[in-house]
Amino acid sequence: MSWWETVRTAYDAIRTRRMRSALTVLGILIGIAAVMLTVGLGQGAQQQVASQIDKLGSNLLVVTPGSTTSFAGLRGGRGSATTLTTGDAAMLADPAIAPDIAAVAPASTSQQSLVANGTNWTTSVVGTTPAWVSVRARSIDQGRFFTATEVTNASPVAVIGATTASQLFGSRSPVGSTVGVGGVQFTIIGLLNTEGSTIGGDQDDQLVIPSTTFANDFGNGSGASVSTIYVEGKSADTLSAAYQETSNALLSTHGVSANSADFTVSSQASLVQTATSTAHILTVLLGGIAAISLLVGGIGVMNIMLVSVTERIREIGLRKALGATPSVILRQFLVEASMLGLVGGVLGLALGFVGALTLPSILGQPVSMSMLAAGLALVVSLVIGVVAGVYPASRAARLAPIDALRSE
Amino acid sequence: MTNGPHGIPPAWVSADEAGPHTPTDTTTDDSAGADDTAILDLVDVGKTYRSGSLEVEALRGVTLRVERGDYLAVMGPSGSGKSTLMHILGCLDVPTTGTYRLAGHDVGAMDEARLAHVRNKEIGFVFQQFNLLPTLSAWRNVELPLVYAGVPAPERKARALEALGRVGLADRVEHRPNELSGGQQQRVSVARALVTAPSLILADEPTGNLDSTSTADVLALLRELHDQGRTIVLITHEHDVAEQAARVARIFDGQLTEGDHEPTLASPGVGSR
Repeated sequence: MSWWETVRTAYDAIRTRRMRSALTVLGILIGIAAVMLTVGLGQGAQQQVASQIDKLGSNLLVVTPGSTTSFAGLRGGRGSATTLTTGDAAMLADPAIAPDIAAVAPASTSQQSLVANGTNWTTSVVGTTPAWVSVRARSIDQGRFFTATEVTNASPVAVIGATTASQLFGSRSPVGSTVGVGGVQFTIIGLLNTEGSTIGGDQDDQLVIPSTTFANDFGNGSGASVSTIYVEGKSADTLSAAYQETSNALLSTHGVSANSADFTVSSQASLVQTATSTAHILTVLLGGIAAISLLVGGIGVMNIMLVSVTERIREIGLRKALGATPSVILRQFLVEASMLGLVGGVLGLALGFVGALTLPSILGQPVSMSMLAAGLALVVSLVIGVVAGVYPASRAARLAPIDALRSE
Repeated sequence: MTNGPHGIPPAWVSADEAGPHTPTDTTTDDSAGADDTAILDLVDVGKTYRSGSLEVEALRGVTLRVERGDYLAVMGPSGSGKSTLMHILGCLDVPTTGTYRLAGHDVGAMDEARLAHVRNKEIGFVFQQFNLLPTLSAWRNVELPLVYAGVPAPERKARALEALGRVGLADRVEHRPNELSGGQQQRVSVARALVTAPSLILADEPTGNLDSTSTADVLALLRELHDQGRTIVLITHEHDVAEQAARVARIFDGQLTEGDHEPTLASPGVGSR
């Protein structure tokens, strides 16, 4: 009996038991679709996080105060210490000390209430230096960024984010207007480009002012302290060298050993790793639950095939009497089971793709579907069909033709 | 089908049995022009079933020889072992003791796969329950043995249609079994038995589920096949049905006795009518 004959016979058997076959297929269908969607959601989340971190700036290292994780697992709150200073930033910018560093921007942040145009808005005020624009990979939409001279003079000038600007000034251009922050009037000289949200929050909702002005007006007394130093490496290839230089320079300046470091240097890669590992755990967890539903679907196929063997004892006996060998019968039932699995897989795949197209607009979460995952889902559904079919098929093949023919 | 060992009548064939089968009268009107090889050759066949601690001897010392072109009826009441005999003749079961040769094949030594091949090639079954697959049309049912024989599809269809034509159902080939009368269904199963051109047609109570008209119909068909040179073994408990055969063997209590039916006594071979 050729394979084509076997497939046709299996198809006939499935078609004549439409309702039952449909319900069996449904189990596999739901399992495959669930696995595809949960994995797709997880991967989408990972990609989203990765792209957000990308937006922080290329070749970026972020130095924050606070210790690294100790051996006991206790960790000093990142950013809680005030061990970083503008002096540290100036030292890192020295090419003699750190040749692989392109630019350094110290930054301090404070939540402040902004008053302008008869309205007010609370946002984060960032005190930094002109290098901030390039280090954070930002650009200026209107006007200009402040200059080094304005930093030296502690000028009351500010560059505003798009969200902040629209909250305070509506659609009107903010450049040239003044904004009051904590009783000090600032002149807005520039509008930042639109960046969107990253893991650091809305990058368009902030007011950027010279670091010296920030220290004078909103500093915590120790004027030189900063909350973050952004370091831009010269290239992606030399980023690890830049990482080492930053770390070593700060360790020797602060006079501490690596084990008791009072700062943390994180690279983009490490940020991505941390953030995506969370998404990854979630994916594995949800995918595991979906895989269980797929397993249940497979058990459904086995169950229905067993019922089918019992029901068709006479048919099996007749086929054997007419010359079907045990291996032909085995093959027939295996093909039938794997066809149920495969049909479920194909339909599940279709449902998965429909879900991938509709879910993002409902959940606001991207769903990533890969051809690899689709191919894998089909293989898995076929394997489930075969595995679930082995036991029923071997029972059918072992039936003695007389016993089978005799049964009424 | 030319098997050397059967050229010489073996010692175990008793004189009264071997006598009528001497080469001189096997060629009478066998259209197949066969040699003197027996289609069925059972020697001292026994079958014992074991259910729990109980042993049931369903067949005891059955010796039977059926030549090419013969038409034998095996008669017996229920429980006499005739079903067991039919299963062994049909290679659906193997004997516990003795030897059984079907068209020269020693069936006792075969595994399941080889038995399946022998059934496919050498035997055409006609069952009491028809045993047609309800989801398949008449010709699809008839082609089934050819599917397992590996015959290509176009040839299968041609041969199935031809077989249905021979049983007078040329106009019913696309009908499903439930669209046919009992007699017609049994004729479909006769066509299915014919389609592989087997050495033996084995009919197990072929008229057991039929009314008198259909019974006559099916019996006429079997007689016609016999006239065309087919070898037929018919198993029945009905006397009228058995009378249609060229010779009759009776089975009782697992033992086979032959020769209380007139044609058998006259000439156990073919062409007696």
